[in-house]
Amino acid sequence: MLDDFLVRAGLAAVGLSLATGPLGAFVIWRRMAYFGDATAHAAVLGVALALATDLPIGLGTLVVALAMAVTIAGLSARGWAMDTTLGVLAHSALAFGLVAVSFFPAVRTDLSSYLFGDILAVSRAELGLVWLGALAVLALLAWRWQALLTSTLSEDLAHAAGIRPDRERLVLVIALALVVAVALKIVGALLIAAMLIIPAAAARGFARTPEAMAGLAVAIGALSGLGGLGLSLWQDTPTGPSIIVVAAGLFAAASLRRQR
Amino acid sequence: MSLIAADHICVRYDANEVLHDVSLEIAAGEIVTILGPNGSGKSTLLRALLGIVPVAEGQIRRQAGLRIGYVPQKLTIDRTMPISVRRFLSLPNRVTDVAAAAALDRVGMTGHGHVQMTALSGGQLQRVLLARALLGNPQVLMLDEPTQGLDQQGEAAFYRLIEEVRSATGAAVLMISHDLHVVMAASDRVICLNGHICCEGTPRVVSNAPEYRALFGLGTQGALALYRHEHDHEHPVDEGHVHHHDHHHHQGHDHEHDHAG
Repeated sequence: MLDDFLVRAGLAAVGLSLATGPLGAFVIWRRMAYFGDATAHAAVLGVALALATDLPIGLGTLVVALAMAVTIAGLSARGWAMDTTLGVLAHSALAFGLVAVSFFPAVRTDLSSYLFGDILAVSRAELGLVWLGALAVLALLAWRWQALLTSTLSEDLAHAAGIRPDRERLVLVIALALVVAVALKIVGALLIAAMLIIPAAAARGFARTPEAMAGLAVAIGALSGLGGLGLSLWQDTPTGPSIIVVAAGLFAAASLRRQR
Repeated sequence: MSLIAADHICVRYDANEVLHDVSLEIAAGEIVTILGPNGSGKSTLLRALLGIVPVAEGQIRRQAGLRIGYVPQKLTIDRTMPISVRRFLSLPNRVTDVAAAAALDRVGMTGHGHVQMTALSGGQLQRVLLARALLGNPQVLMLDEPTQGLDQQGEAAFYRLIEEVRSATGAAVLMISHDLHVVMAASDRVICLNGHICCEGTPRVVSNAPEYRALFGLGTQGALALYRHEHDHEHPVDEGHVHHHDHHHHQGHDHEHDHAG
């Protein structure tokens, strides 16, 4: 069954949404959208690093995304103006990455697969890594769930209950870097943040608890993945962007339904 | 044995000293109120006791395993987060439905478990915050201006509630307030703060202290006199120096200018 590239692609999309659903909810609650963008854009720099050092692409992106995320988290804790800082970091990381990758002619031709993903070419091993990464993120979030929610609501309430908000922030940073490494192959560096934000935003109007929002976001993400795959096959469109197009469609439908 | 004690603490934000040489102790079952003008470091003191802001000098001692219930000054919940009152009560520690319902009963919010937190009025939110704090079965309740945004009736009701909680659970209460006369009625001890502790003692003693009058001026004296007047009638067997103080008060208007100036 896994021999079929379509089955592998579908499973990869569903696996990814297991992680992006709950993490995306936190990205929205904590207003980290730009943060997610900067971390995802750094992945392109990670690709160049991996090529230069002969490391696996996934590891390279994981390391650079983690470094980027920790840097941003550190700067924000020290009270930098985050809008400007993130704007500078997100786009510089992307530009540096694109320039660095251009030194490797073999990749140059294949650049779009890193920017927009290449889900139809997911191998068995890569599928395994996607699920491993997604389940690791899910386990991490489930383990810290109560503390993460409390410190998201109010850092003071968390402190008073003996929770360290800075540590919980680090948990999210690590989860974000993992998701970036996992999602690069599927939706590409430019659209990872969209995969985090759009399904969770679509879920908001139908949820009365944080858990319901995270769970619905998983379902909407998986539906977008499978729908995007279908759209891509039917109209011969690039798959990564097609997934986001379907997600955006679901978001629009959810918003309309709420307003009635 | 005090539950929590600050021992000559100083707190600085950068070079700015917000609290200087503050010492205080909270014993089991007492209600202590911190009073002070804006910027006097009231919230900082509470946050230092909670361990949210670090102390630059001195130290804070807590009884081992001390359970603190904290009611913050305000809680702004982002509209992007859906969360019901019931779910909120289970943060950070999950509680049973029975316990949650009992806590809501106690604060007069029976049956509000299904309501979204963002739909609560200011007074309802304060009550839910108190319910959540009580669910941890605290030995000390810390409340930062708990009646902000409540009308006078709501305020009085909230302090009655605090008093009830204290007698029912035996928890000590440390709160910050700005509304003087209600606090006076509800406190065992008042600490008057302005970067350092200006004066402290029973409400009666503090309200007559020159430092207190200097800090709050003349405007509040009327309200205090009113309170004291009512209070004397309710509790005729009070300590002996009541008359001395009242005497001071009645003919004290001329002197107050000296203190206030």
